[in-house]
Amino acid sequence: MSMKSSALKHIRTVFSALVLLLFAFLFIDFRGILGEKTFGPILYLQFAPSLLKFVVAGVATATGFIVVIILTLLTGRTYCSFICPLGILQDGISRAGGLFKRRFRRYGYKKPYTVLRYFILVLTAGILLLGGVYVLTILDPYSTFGRFMTYFAKPAVLFVNNLLAALLGKFDIYTLYRVDIKPYELAAYFIPTAFLLLIGFLAFRYGRLYCNTVCPVGTFLGLLSKFSLFRIRFDEDKCTRCGRCAMACKSSCIDFLNKHVDVSRCVSCFNCIDSCKDDAMSYGPVRLKRKTGKESDTDATRRSFITGSLVLLAGGTQLVRAQNTTVPSPTKDSTVKEDRLYPVSPPGSIGIASFTSRCTACNLCVTACPTNVIQPSVSEYGFAGIMQPRMDFHTGFCNYECNRCTDVCPTGAIMPLMIEAKKLTQLGKAVFIKDNCIVNTEKTACGACSEHCPTKACHMVPFEGNLLIPEVKDDICIGCGACEYACPTKPYKAIFVDGNPIHEAALMPETKELESLPSDFPF
Amino acid sequence: MKRRNFLRSSVGAGLAAGAYMSFGRYGKALAGTPLPAGANYDLVAVMGGEPAAMFDMGIQALGGMGTFVGKGQKVLVKPNIGWDVVPDKGANTNPALVRRIIEHCYRAGAKEVYVFDNTCDNWIKCYKNSGVEQAVKDAGGKIVPGNSESYYQEVTIPNGKKLTKTKVHELVLSSDVFINVPVLKHHSSAMMTGALKNMMGVIWDRGYWHRNNLNQCIADYALYTKKPTLNVMDAYNVMMRNGPRGVSKEDLSNMKSLMISTDWVAIDAAGAKMMGKEPSSIEHIALAAGMGIGKMDLSTMNIHRMKM
Repeated sequence: MSMKSSALKHIRTVFSALVLLLFAFLFIDFRGILGEKTFGPILYLQFAPSLLKFVVAGVATATGFIVVIILTLLTGRTYCSFICPLGILQDGISRAGGLFKRRFRRYGYKKPYTVLRYFILVLTAGILLLGGVYVLTILDPYSTFGRFMTYFAKPAVLFVNNLLAALLGKFDIYTLYRVDIKPYELAAYFIPTAFLLLIGFLAFRYGRLYCNTVCPVGTFLGLLSKFSLFRIRFDEDKCTRCGRCAMACKSSCIDFLNKHVDVSRCVSCFNCIDSCKDDAMSYGPVRLKRKTGKESDTDATRRSFITGSLVLLAGGTQLVRAQNTTVPSPTKDSTVKEDRLYPVSPPGSIGIASFTSRCTACNLCVTACPTNVIQPSVSEYGFAGIMQPRMDFHTGFCNYECNRCTDVCPTGAIMPLMIEAKKLTQLGKAVFIKDNCIVNTEKTACGACSEHCPTKACHMVPFEGNLLIPEVKDDICIGCGACEYACPTKPYKAIFVDGNPIHEAALMPETKELESLPSDFPF
Repeated sequence: MKRRNFLRSSVGAGLAAGAYMSFGRYGKALAGTPLPAGANYDLVAVMGGEPAAMFDMGIQALGGMGTFVGKGQKVLVKPNIGWDVVPDKGANTNPALVRRIIEHCYRAGAKEVYVFDNTCDNWIKCYKNSGVEQAVKDAGGKIVPGNSESYYQEVTIPNGKKLTKTKVHELVLSSDVFINVPVLKHHSSAMMTGALKNMMGVIWDRGYWHRNNLNQCIADYALYTKKPTLNVMDAYNVMMRNGPRGVSKEDLSNMKSLMISTDWVAIDAAGAKMMGKEPSSIEHIALAAGMGIGKMDLSTMNIHRMKM
């Protein structure tokens, strides 16, 4: 059984284009059109998130990575061409590269960067085994794609939306509405920008070079696909060594002179089959006879794997320790600046340590959050936690009736939390700074904090004259940050939420019956 | 569009018949029968009915909506939709009331009726879960976003003591008729929220008001030239404590009342009384009255009281 039809390539093109659109929409969907429950199935197959969710978060249903492993053993790296949004995005970019200059599309066979790619894989896996997720955070293709969409594509779409909304508004049509574009903290853009440039350039010039050199998921699946059942094959009798296949290969993995395909780099895009005029390329079950002389690949692999592992055992432990100790380092400022000991991690994240060890900073919760309270961090979790989301009560506050973020996380860093449980989950505690409060400094009424408080943990008590001033009841505070967001003082707030390193249970707000009122007009 | 046309054409017949059945003798007035002269009340107060029916009764005592809304006019209805809570929590204006007011506006010949609020919670959730968005759509009105600063334009407040300029929503500027529909509630900052306080939902930067003597800013804003044509106060479920958001239904008193007035200080004074407070004890009411914006002495007013 083998397939030669160029239909394979066209099926791949259409399928992957749809996948790309779906994933882009997932991150750009600023109107919240996709229900929370659709996120799980869409994200199920993403390899690194599923692996983390299964192994680290212990979610037994997160079996997507096992499906991908089986798929790879059967079909090769189809994942990279059909399912990985970053891979598909790169195909789009290299296609654009081909439009600009034809020679860019003529890839040709190149040798793999074997040592580099296996070193990166071992580094990522090793640090992960030691409990550090930060290398994966930077290199996971799904998360990288998520950041591209969240940081760059979404603002661009919002910009167009706002132009259209303004235009339609002139005709009294309000089906589109304007959404203010709020940039994240500048430092959070560093890694996404660097990777956008790197991946963009590599894809534009060299097709799948990034996937076959840097991407740890690509390298891992490449290892597996050395044992895959289905793969690209040469029909040696028909091949005229014209080289068209090699020129069409985005992975530069076809050595047509030797009629050999480096399966560890082949992403099963089927472009070679489409390019072959002699019907010599096909996709089918592996033939057992193998040419000698090509085994050196594997040897190099093994060697570098072992070397890398040793390097890691030496240095990795230190890195992990470094991350864990720098997570919530208390700051010791004695001014009326908010003295926040701990950052606030999103609801459902259980606690800071648990969250930071599972989150790959895809920023899906950041973009899905309807109130913009979830923002990429810079150094709040320590620098190893860069881009991992935190609750930023200067940009928004956690809506009392909302648990959207707890339904979207693919890695298990944020676990599902039913709305009633979320309303009793204490992310942190509000701390009142009287010396900053308007009521105290200006002797005028304010109470914006208490106004926004959903549990009235922040309530008003008598102050001077007729004035009332806020006071916080810790035990019913859920740390939603509404008080901090609403507090109008500048530059420092008079009330802020200090994170709980491990989320706690808040008490239910107390209720009591009202005294009855007269049933007639009091005037 | 279809719905609106249907409403327009059927209101005469439909409401006459339907309302007559539901509201007995008041149905006639709803059908557009001229009212007895002398409907020159400072305040109309209705008690004991459902919000929409109380409005039907109250507005006819003031000569019907046609007194305030002319043919072809652009009307802004401004309820309180500040919070992402369901209608029976009393934190937002009752959606059935909003719907009925819009229907009256169209019946009076309004060209278009707009509704918006600069909400405190996420605006999409507020619009949806308050039931107001659906109510507006059902009545054929237009629900408009107020979530972006770009919808707001700077205006000057003549003679404001603390507030001399502020950014207001473009609909406040472009509408011919402005109907203010607050919900009466306890309020942790301003002690009470009613008609005057409801204006914090038509402006952009509330923080500025909080920083610069909140109560004075609330009173100052009432000096702005674009004032409500009519104020309708929803006092059906009145939040007596833990306002303005409320914690539980135990915070509510089911007063089943509604007030209508062209004087927003007067209607707030009546609201204060309903909550068992002296109007003069609510600082922004006292300030507004002192600045000559309206009257707060209920004993000197011509009040029309109705019970259903």
